[in-house]
Amino acid sequence: MSISVNNISKSFKGKTALKNISFEVKKGELFGLIGPDGAGKTTLFRILTTLLIPNHGEATVVDFDIIKDYKSIRNNVGYMPGRFSLYQDLTVKENLEFFATIFGTTIEKNYDLIKDIYVQIEPFKDRRAGKLSGGMKQKLALCCALIHKPKVLFLDEPTTGVDPVSRKEFWEMLKRLQNKGITMLVSTPYMDEAAICDRIALIQDGEMLEIDTPKKIVKHYSKTIYNVKANNMYQLIKSLKSYQHNYSVYPFGEFVHYTDTRTDFSPIDLQHYLTSKNLKNISIEITQATIEDTFMELAK
Amino acid sequence: MKRFIGFIKKEFYHIFRDKRSLFILFGMPIAQIMLFGFAITNEINNVNIAILDHSKDATTQEIIHKIESSKYFTITASILNETEIETAFKKGHVKAVLIFEKDFSKNLGKENNATVQVIADATDPNTANTISNYVTAILQKYQQKINVAVKTPYQILPKTRMAFNPELKSVFMFVPGVMTIILMLVSAMMTSISITREKELGTMEILLVSPLKPFQVIIGKVVPYIFLSIINAIIIVLLGILVFNMPVQGSYFLLAAESVLFIITSLSLGILISTVSASQQTAMMISLMALMLPTILLSGFIFPISSMPLPLQIISNIVPAKWFIIILKGIMLKGVGLQFIWKSTLILVGMTLFFIGLSVKKYKIRLE
Amino acid sequence: MKEETAIHVKNLTKKFGAFTAVNTISFKVKKGEIFGFLGANGAGKTTAMKMLIGISTPTSGEATVAGFNVNTQPESIKKNIGYMSQKFALYDDLTVKENITFFGGIYGLTRKQIKDKRSQLVEELGLQKIVNELVSSLPLGWKQKIAFSVALLHNPKIVFLDEPTGGVDPITRRQFWEMIYKTANQGTTVFVTTHYMDEAEYCDSVSIMVNGKIEALDTPKKLKEQFKASTMNDVFLKLARG
Repeated sequence: MSISVNNISKSFKGKTALKNISFEVKKGELFGLIGPDGAGKTTLFRILTTLLIPNHGEATVVDFDIIKDYKSIRNNVGYMPGRFSLYQDLTVKENLEFFATIFGTTIEKNYDLIKDIYVQIEPFKDRRAGKLSGGMKQKLALCCALIHKPKVLFLDEPTTGVDPVSRKEFWEMLKRLQNKGITMLVSTPYMDEAAICDRIALIQDGEMLEIDTPKKIVKHYSKTIYNVKANNMYQLIKSLKSYQHNYSVYPFGEFVHYTDTRTDFSPIDLQHYLTSKNLKNISIEITQATIEDTFMELAK
Repeated sequence: MKRFIGFIKKEFYHIFRDKRSLFILFGMPIAQIMLFGFAITNEINNVNIAILDHSKDATTQEIIHKIESSKYFTITASILNETEIETAFKKGHVKAVLIFEKDFSKNLGKENNATVQVIADATDPNTANTISNYVTAILQKYQQKINVAVKTPYQILPKTRMAFNPELKSVFMFVPGVMTIILMLVSAMMTSISITREKELGTMEILLVSPLKPFQVIIGKVVPYIFLSIINAIIIVLLGILVFNMPVQGSYFLLAAESVLFIITSLSLGILISTVSASQQTAMMISLMALMLPTILLSGFIFPISSMPLPLQIISNIVPAKWFIIILKGIMLKGVGLQFIWKSTLILVGMTLFFIGLSVKKYKIRLE
Repeated sequence: MKEETAIHVKNLTKKFGAFTAVNTISFKVKKGEIFGFLGANGAGKTTAMKMLIGISTPTSGEATVAGFNVNTQPESIKKNIGYMSQKFALYDDLTVKENITFFGGIYGLTRKQIKDKRSQLVEELGLQKIVNELVSSLPLGWKQKIAFSVALLHNPKIVFLDEPTGGVDPITRRQFWEMIYKTANQGTTVFVTTHYMDEAEYCDSVSIMVNGKIEALDTPKKLKEQFKASTMNDVFLKLARG
């Protein structure tokens, strides 16, 4: 096991940040930690990178204990904190060189590992890191976290605040790194990014809601979801919420995801009800559950 | 070692790329020296003085007239005997008293010299010093005039006495004072800010999760500022010597060694501040309130410690700057060697060790 | 027709030295519409929005917001719009009640109006338990919902939301969008900037900015048809990658 977490709890001044968290990450796995801000993702990362000591429970990273062997862990992991944590007044190359030296290595030695990513930012190697675009900064941060060839890579919300194009590229890079045998724990608030991970853990308010592969997690959703649409979104949501048989009503892009409490639910009934509420152009169709649906159901 | 050198290199990049801070860093000592140097003005105007004339003859009348007709002095009182001098000073009406000896004219004619005593209120030492210089100048001018006619020159000997502050402790005090402030500021504030900046940026997290040992991070942060502080100290001493003709009586080597000691004291304070503050702003506030104000107010730089109330005198003992100023004054102005300042030096060493010990104990290898 | 257009932008341009941040953009936003203003980091979204809310003067071009000209009547614009951004929304060290009172005050509401509005908000959002709590102690989702309500205190004609729901949990995010729908339904125009594509799907119409220009402008449905994509995210990827 690359990471093994057993019953970890952590609280700050009486406020619980993590409650009895347990999970394992296999060697070479891309493991996603999915949850909104304040769910406890960063606290968990800081415990695993030996920056915080949990109140209860134990954990190992690359078979080293997070408390006793913290020095060994610090030699063997790469960490990319949530904020952009590079020196803004140093150039791209200086940042990379700096991180290589403090880890006792050189850029040349591990160039293979970062080559794919570095060639994209190499044209700007003399530019100050503070002047890079969001996507570029993120690539540089990844290079810096990789430069000492870590066995496990911790990435705390690497795609927050980055545009969709860079986000997509970033996940593609992570996939390629996985092929090189690096274990990765990645957190993200975006449900749509979960599908790329091998396994994901859904986390909210310091508790793990579910741990499984993205495909299986979606299958856990037992109810049938209907995509409902009509001419007026606001009236539609209001009407659905006042419908006596409604189980859940969530706006979902141009549709509303609707589930019913009855097992013998017939869309025709709902259609009639909505028509009686003066809604027009009504359409009701069965749709597939997404990870977000599962998350909301579990967090309810 | 290579890691460490890499770290220091990075620190120098930070310092040299922050043009504004760099400008302040080196502009400040120059500006402060000039400010303090020229703000302590040498001009006096219409200073109230009193006269005690024991002889009351033609010569003393002439001299008194000369003094009165100058724009520098106004004679506000004639005093009849010695006991009234004290009262006149205490009431604060006069800044100086001129005493002509008995048989002034006779002495001048017979023995070719006569004495004028100038007693100045040296609670304001600069003014006192200036007053005595002006009086002397007036007397000399008068002397030259009467000497033109005679073969053997007459001599009027002004004897000055500084009441209340006989050593004139604040003369040239601004150079040691400014040097102390600048070294404190650069060393303590700059290091504490540069360490907390890493905390704020989040880079401290990465540094902690790296094989770099915490003491390497701290030493690496401190080394560049030792260099900058030394350069600053040199600039200040040079300015003092070249612009204000300040004498450095003692050994330059001792001066340098003591300065490095004080720099290290300040740096250890800076590290201590950075361990207790989470943001650059807090670090700056603590540096200003807890370091700068005592350094300026309680070190004896501006207000003489001996004239402070007792509780403040006691508190002033824990201000490192007080001891450094004593050392600087000793070396620069009195030209003494280590045998006279070893006590202050030892106190500074002790303080430094204490601060370093405390910082090491406070320094966290984790975020909490 | 004039009544129906809340924002009318014509050839709006902003240059910083040689760099053109916003390059002759033109669009119209209808009254009561939810308008999504999308683009990558640095595409010019923020610059464009600053001109529309009257805090930055355009280099050239024109725009009318709530019937007022951005070049000549920025002060009138400020009185008629609401603004909320993710970066700054409420004062953390004030209570919910104090925040409402403060923002009501700066928008010139009378004491009685503030009091009425406050009880109305407490009622609608269910704030009874937290109204006297410091904002810093509230979960992000609550903060954002309250901030949005505060931006609406003075019944603005248009409300500008700058990346309002980043990092918020999925349920709260939906509650937030329900509030937006409600606001739009009451006739207030909602102008949302975001680079989160899932939020784009909620909008009535969407514009996508790339390098200072608006490269696409339509309803999400039509954009998806036009770019033969299944989600707005794909539309965006196709646009940005050419």
